[in-house]
Amino acid sequence: MIRGDLVAAIGHTPMVELRRLSPHPRVRLLAKIEGANPTGSVKDRIARSMLAEATASGALRAGQTILEPSSGNTGISLAMVGGLMGHPVRIVMPDNTTPEREKLLRLYGAEIVFSPGAEGSNGAIRMAEAMAAADPDVFMPFQYANPANPRAHEEGTGPEILAAAPEVDVFVAGLGTGGTLTGVGRALKAVRPGVRVVAAEPLPGEQVQGLRSLEEGYVPPVLDAGVLDDRYLVSNREAVIGVRRLMAEEGIFAGLSSGAALTVALRVAAEMDGGSVVVLLADGGWKYLSAGLWDRDLDELQADMEGQVLW
Amino acid sequence: MSQVRIPPVLRETVGGERNLDAAGNTVGEVLADLFLRYPALRERVTVDGVLSPFVNVYVNGRDVRYGEGLETAVGPADQVILLPAMAGGGLD
Repeated sequence: MIRGDLVAAIGHTPMVELRRLSPHPRVRLLAKIEGANPTGSVKDRIARSMLAEATASGALRAGQTILEPSSGNTGISLAMVGGLMGHPVRIVMPDNTTPEREKLLRLYGAEIVFSPGAEGSNGAIRMAEAMAAADPDVFMPFQYANPANPRAHEEGTGPEILAAAPEVDVFVAGLGTGGTLTGVGRALKAVRPGVRVVAAEPLPGEQVQGLRSLEEGYVPPVLDAGVLDDRYLVSNREAVIGVRRLMAEEGIFAGLSSGAALTVALRVAAEMDGGSVVVLLADGGWKYLSAGLWDRDLDELQADMEGQVLW
Repeated sequence: MSQVRIPPVLRETVGGERNLDAAGNTVGEVLADLFLRYPALRERVTVDGVLSPFVNVYVNGRDVRYGEGLETAVGPADQVILLPAMAGGGLD
């Protein structure tokens, strides 16, 4: 099949059974491999939907600059999709992520504005909001509050999962903006009301929590907490062990949030009597190579990750 | 006694401690024990007597809002974590 361009090749990612990792002979563990998207992450889906919708509504004009806070994947996806549509792209990113992200963003033609790493993702959000307020000429898709984010999953990822695994009982994904969990959860529950939607939430490193008060905390508007049935915290250490197991036991080269999602999927699967668990692996491992997720000493790695925004 | 992890943003209310021991068989009892000893913590994490939406409580990693809430059982070997609600990375 020939696609018209790379944007048209987004989605329809493989679903793979994780036979070796399933902790229970009667639990079928299935992985949705989002690293197979054109720029290597699930975020290609929302970049396409947010920009297509903004173009259709007139909110995004020809040649207008796109501005977005992102710790990496969304920025890279917007740079690719926005670039092909002819828009300059400016990304606000914490200054303590991995160098791969900066290189990829520049390759796709994006301009990068760094925010203080100690303020984490919230710091990037605040800085981008201030920049957008000061420059009415930019368009900010703002994945944290844009309904086209969950809609990409309600209309794309969710139906793809149902087509491949109509018997799905549990869906597990990492919690960032909440767009994946909200959109896929809605699509699955519309057909199978008993489906459990489970979030794997990162336990942020102490040095990047970056909050001066609780009120600076941020619950993304696109997260529909009513769709969630359970929520588990996953440490950096557990997430690293997860990515190593994906590689060693199933040959899947995936990023940190995939390791976290796997950790939670295994915990949930072990408590079931039988059924199907679908876990979404949000990105490939490429952007984490320099962080040494697979080859460094686990204790040293854990200590370093306290001060980094990796997911 | 179970152990409660206090996030950096709340440590000033508990004399700078990162981990506290607290008595109680449920999340509600454990928090009540802490609030008795650290009234400033209560002021920061509750609004009109209920837990602020900006604070999440986990027992062994599970968010108690999706379990039994303040009635969630806490055993002596269990770890309780308080954490501010915050945005994750762009990785979703």
